Amino acid sequence: MYATTYHKPSSAEAAVAAIAGADEAKYLSGGQTLLPTMKQHLAAPTALIDVRGIPGMVGISIAGRQVTIGAATTHAAVASSKELRAVCPGLANLAAGIGDPAVRHMGTIGGSIANNDPAADYPSAMIALNAHITTNQRTIAADDYFTGMFDTALEPGEMVMSVSFAAPAKSAYAKFRNPASRYAMTGVYVAQTGDGMVRVAVTGAGENGVFRHEAMEDALAAHWSPDALDGIEVDSDGLLSDIHASAEYRAHLIKVMAKRAVTAAG
Amino acid sequence: MTGTGIGASVKRKEDKRFITGKGRYTDDIRMENQAYAAFVRSPHAHARIKGLDTSAAEAMDGVIAVLNGKQLTGDGIGNIICGWMIHSKDGSPMNMGPWSALATDRVRYVGDAIAVVIAETQQLARIAAESVVVDYEELPAVASAEKALMAGAPQIHDNAPGNLIYDWEIGDQSATDAALAASAHTVTMDITNNRLSPNPMEPRSAVAIHDAAEDHYTLYTTSQNPHVARLVLSAFYNVAPEHKLRVVAPDVGGGFGSKIYIYPEEITCLWASMKTGRSVKWTSDRSEAFMTDAHGRDHVSTATIGFDADYKVTALKVDTIANFGAYMSLFSSAVPTYLYATLLSGQYNFANVHCNVRAVYTNTVPVDAYRGAGRPEACYLNERIMETSARQFGLDPADLRRRSFIRSFPHQTPVIMAYDAGDFDGNLDKAMAAADVAGFPARKAEAARRGKLRGLGYSCYIEACGIAPSQAVGSLGAGVGLWESAEVRVNPVGTVEILTGSHSHGQGHETTFAQIVSDRFGIPIENVSIVHGDTDKVQFGMGTYGSRSGAVGMSAIVKAMDKVEAKIKKIAAHTLEASEDDIIIEGGEVKVAGTDKKMAWHEVGLAAYLAHNLPAGMEPGLKEGAFYDPVNFTFPAGTYICEVEVDPETGVTDVVRFTAADDFGTIINPMIVEGQVHGGVAQGIGQAMLENVVYTDDGQLLTGSYMDYVMPRADDVPSYTLEHNTTVCPNNPLGIKGCGEAGAIGSPPAVINAITDAIGNNNLSMPATAQKIWMALRETGFAKAAE
Repeated sequence: MYATTYHKPSSAEAAVAAIAGADEAKYLSGGQTLLPTMKQHLAAPTALIDVRGIPGMVGISIAGRQVTIGAATTHAAVASSKELRAVCPGLANLAAGIGDPAVRHMGTIGGSIANNDPAADYPSAMIALNAHITTNQRTIAADDYFTGMFDTALEPGEMVMSVSFAAPAKSAYAKFRNPASRYAMTGVYVAQTGDGMVRVAVTGAGENGVFRHEAMEDALAAHWSPDALDGIEVDSDGLLSDIHASAEYRAHLIKVMAKRAVTAAG
Repeated sequence: MTGTGIGASVKRKEDKRFITGKGRYTDDIRMENQAYAAFVRSPHAHARIKGLDTSAAEAMDGVIAVLNGKQLTGDGIGNIICGWMIHSKDGSPMNMGPWSALATDRVRYVGDAIAVVIAETQQLARIAAESVVVDYEELPAVASAEKALMAGAPQIHDNAPGNLIYDWEIGDQSATDAALAASAHTVTMDITNNRLSPNPMEPRSAVAIHDAAEDHYTLYTTSQNPHVARLVLSAFYNVAPEHKLRVVAPDVGGGFGSKIYIYPEEITCLWASMKTGRSVKWTSDRSEAFMTDAHGRDHVSTATIGFDADYKVTALKVDTIANFGAYMSLFSSAVPTYLYATLLSGQYNFANVHCNVRAVYTNTVPVDAYRGAGRPEACYLNERIMETSARQFGLDPADLRRRSFIRSFPHQTPVIMAYDAGDFDGNLDKAMAAADVAGFPARKAEAARRGKLRGLGYSCYIEACGIAPSQAVGSLGAGVGLWESAEVRVNPVGTVEILTGSHSHGQGHETTFAQIVSDRFGIPIENVSIVHGDTDKVQFGMGTYGSRSGAVGMSAIVKAMDKVEAKIKKIAAHTLEASEDDIIIEGGEVKVAGTDKKMAWHEVGLAAYLAHNLPAGMEPGLKEGAFYDPVNFTFPAGTYICEVEVDPETGVTDVVRFTAADDFGTIINPMIVEGQVHGGVAQGIGQAMLENVVYTDDGQLLTGSYMDYVMPRADDVPSYTLEHNTTVCPNNPLGIKGCGEAGAIGSPPAVINAITDAIGNNNLSMPATAQKIWMALRETGFAKAAE
C-alpha cells in the first residue's frame, strides 16, 4: 500500500472539509473493497476520510414501516436486526449472505452503494425497494442514483449518509454466487408493495450494473407466483460475459433466481 | 491400534507449534541487516526488451541497488536448467531454450522477471520496482500448445523450431495399430487435462545471506528438497560451491510440487546478497504466486482403446500435446513422459500401449510436476475412456473394468512399469460395498422426485510412486539419483535423533518417522526427534515429492536402524555375557531371550558412549547412517466412487458421496493417511469442477487471483467414506506404497464420470462448472425435461 493519511472526523462538515483539503482523498467506511484495492496498488488515495465517527452514520431506525439505515451500518448489523427482520426479512437475509463473517463485520451499506460494484448485492435491494439515498447534500431516488458500473449520481465530495425505504409487503433476494469470488454472478431482488406494485432488480449480470426487469415486474404484478415468470424470455443483450458465465447463462440465471426469490418471499 | 508404533493414529507432534502460531517459516526470519527484494516483471506475454531505465528507482531514498539480467549473466550466474534429458523419437535431444533468472533481451510470459530492486523496506522496493521503465517491443504471443504447434505460430525459443521441445514415444506403435485394427470394438475420444495453479498456503519466500568474510552463502527458502536446491544452485547456477552454500528449508506450508524447483527469485536473492552486502528477503504475494509458481497438467490428448469380442482390452493408443509454458522447469520433461505414459496401462491387462507426446513451448508460466505429476493425466485418460466405453457398449462400468483387471503379480506392462502387488478386484469390491452401489437406483429415483439428477462414476486408479530406483531413472534420462538417506543417532541418555533427507511441508514426518523408531525399539515417541531441512545438519537427501518419503525416506531410516540394532546387540551380548543371536529389543529393554537378564535401553546408549566396556575392536558411539535406493517404483492403487446430484435448472452440482478404497501397502499412521486422502481428493474435486488457469489467446493471465481462480472450499467437498484394502509392497522393508498423491490422481475421472452419468451427456470437460453442465444439459434436452 502506498502511504496515505488517515482522518476520522466527527462531523459531516469536517469530513467534507477533509476531502476538499486533500489532493486525492477517498471516503472510507468498511474498506472491504477500497483497502484490498490499495494493497494491490490499484488505488492510491493520498487521504482516507473515515466516516464511521460521524453521528447518525451507524444504526437502523424504524418508524412504522419506514426504515432508515445509517450509511456506516455494517452488513452484520443489518443481518442481525430483529426490528428490520420483522418488517423486511428480505433485506436482512441479503445482508446475511454478503461475503463472509469478516467482511460482514466491516463492510457497510453506504460503502457498498457508493462503490456500486456491478456484482454487489445491495444495489438490487435499493432499486427493488424503491429506496432513497440521503447524502450530505440531498436525497436521491435509487432509480436515479445507480448510473452505471462503479458509477453513481454522487458528486465529488458528496457523502452517503443513510438509505431509507418503506418496508414492502413481501420481498426476497436470490443470489447465484460466482464460484471464485462468491460475489453475485447473478442476483435478483423482488419486492411487492402493499398496493400490489412489484419491482424486480437484477445485480451481477448487467453491463451497466444493477437494472430493473419490467417484463417480470408486470408479470408478477398480475400474478405473484414463480409460475408467472415461466413465459418470460430474458434477453442476453447488455449482460456481462466473462470466464465464469456467458451472457446467455446469466440471462437464464436471472429468470431462475427471480423465481427462487418469489418463492422465498412467499 | 493404541500406542505410538506402526498403525497408530498418533496425533501430530508438529501441530502444537503450527496451530498456536509458533511455526517458523522463511518469512518469519529477520536478519540484522535485512533488505528487501522486489522484481520488475513483464506485463507482456512476449516482447523484446529494447531498453531499461532504472534511474528513477535508483534515485529513491532507501533503494540500495537495482540489478538487471546483464549484470547477473555477466557475473557468471548460469541459466536455469531442466534436469531430465528426454530424446525425441528421432534420437535428437530435447530443445531446451535458455532461461536466465533475470531476462536480458526477451520476455516470454507475463511475470517473467527482468530486474530486481533491493531496498530498505518491502514497500519501498515494490514502489521502486514500479518506477522502472522498460522499453518493450511487443511480439506475437501464443498460450495454447495446440496453436503453438501450428504453422506461423510465434516462435518462442530460437533453438526450438515450431516451439517443439521434443516429439517422444513409448510402446510399439505398429503392434498397437495392428491390435486396434484387429479389435472387435474400439472407442476414440479427445481428452483435455486442465491447467492448474498449485496454491500452497504459504507462498514462496527466500532469505539470502552472503557472508563476505567467509565467502559463504546461506539461503532460507520454501523448498521441498534443500539438498537438491543446493546441488543445482552450485553445479548449474554457479552461485557458490556446495561447501560454501547452506540451504535451509524451515517450516514450509505446503508445496504440492511447486516448491521442488529452483526459481529465478531464489537465485537472484543469493546473487543480490553478494552484490549489495545485505541479507536479502523476498516473499511472493499471491498475485506473484499465480504468475510465477510452476503450473500443473495442461494436456490435450486423443486416445483410442480396443476391446476383443469379450470386451477385454486389447490396446491403447494415445497422442498427447503437453504445454510446457515459456521455459523448461527443473523436472518438466519427465512429467508427460515417464511419469505419465508409463501409467497408461492402468489396472488393465493391455497387450499393447503406444503413446506419442509432443512437448511444446507457449507464452505461459512454466509447467512442472503438481501433486500426481503425469499420473493424474494418465488416470484421467484411462478412466474416462473406460467409463465411456462401458456406456457405448451398454455394459456396467465396474463389470467392464473387471474383465481386464490384472490379477497376477509381478506384472510387466507394455510401458516399462512392472507392477509388484495389488488386488484390484478387492479394491473395487470394498469401494462398491462402502458406496452402497446397490442402493444407487433408489437414491437416483428419490433425487428425481426432488427434481435432481443423480449420477455415479468410477475410477480405478493405479500410480507409480516411491520414486525412484536410481539406475532405472538414470537410464531414462534423470540427472539425479532418487535414493534417500538417513542417520539414526542414539544419544547417551537413550533419546534418538533421526536425520532425514526427506522434507516435511505438511506431511507430518515428525510424527510418522518417530513412530517407526518407537515401534522398532519400544521407546516413547517423545524421546525421538526428527531433523530435516538443513544442508548443514542432514548428510544429504533428495527431498519430498512423488509420495516418496514413506517408501524411500522411511526405508533409509529402517536401514540405519538395522545397523544400530546390530551394534546394540553386540554391546548387550558383551555386557550380559550372552550370544548376540539371543538378544531381543522389546518395550524399551534389551534382553536375553528366555532369561531375566536385560539392560534398559538408555543403559546400552550410555555404554556405547562411555566405551568403558565395549567388545574388543568396537568403535564407541551409537550413530549409524544409511542410503536406501529403491529397487522398483511402488504402485498404490484403488477404486474411487463419486456420486453427484445435479440441479438441472442451474447446472449446480453437489458431490453428495465420495468413497475411496485405497491400497497404500503398510500404513504407519491411519489418521495422517486419511488426511492425505482428504486433501488429495479435495484437490481432485477442485480440478474436476472448479480450478482452471485461463489465459487469453495472447498470453494474458485471466485467473490471477482468488477473485477468478476457483479454489475448492469446505462446502464444495463432501464428507468422505474411506476404506483400505492392503497388499503389502514386497520391495521395501516396511511394505509401504505411498499415499500423498493418490487422492488427486484417482478422483477427477470419478467426478466427471458421475456428472456425465447424471446428465446423460458424455461431452463434458474439466472443470465441469455449473455453466458447462447447464450447457451440456441443454444439448441433451434434460433441462427442459426436468422443468
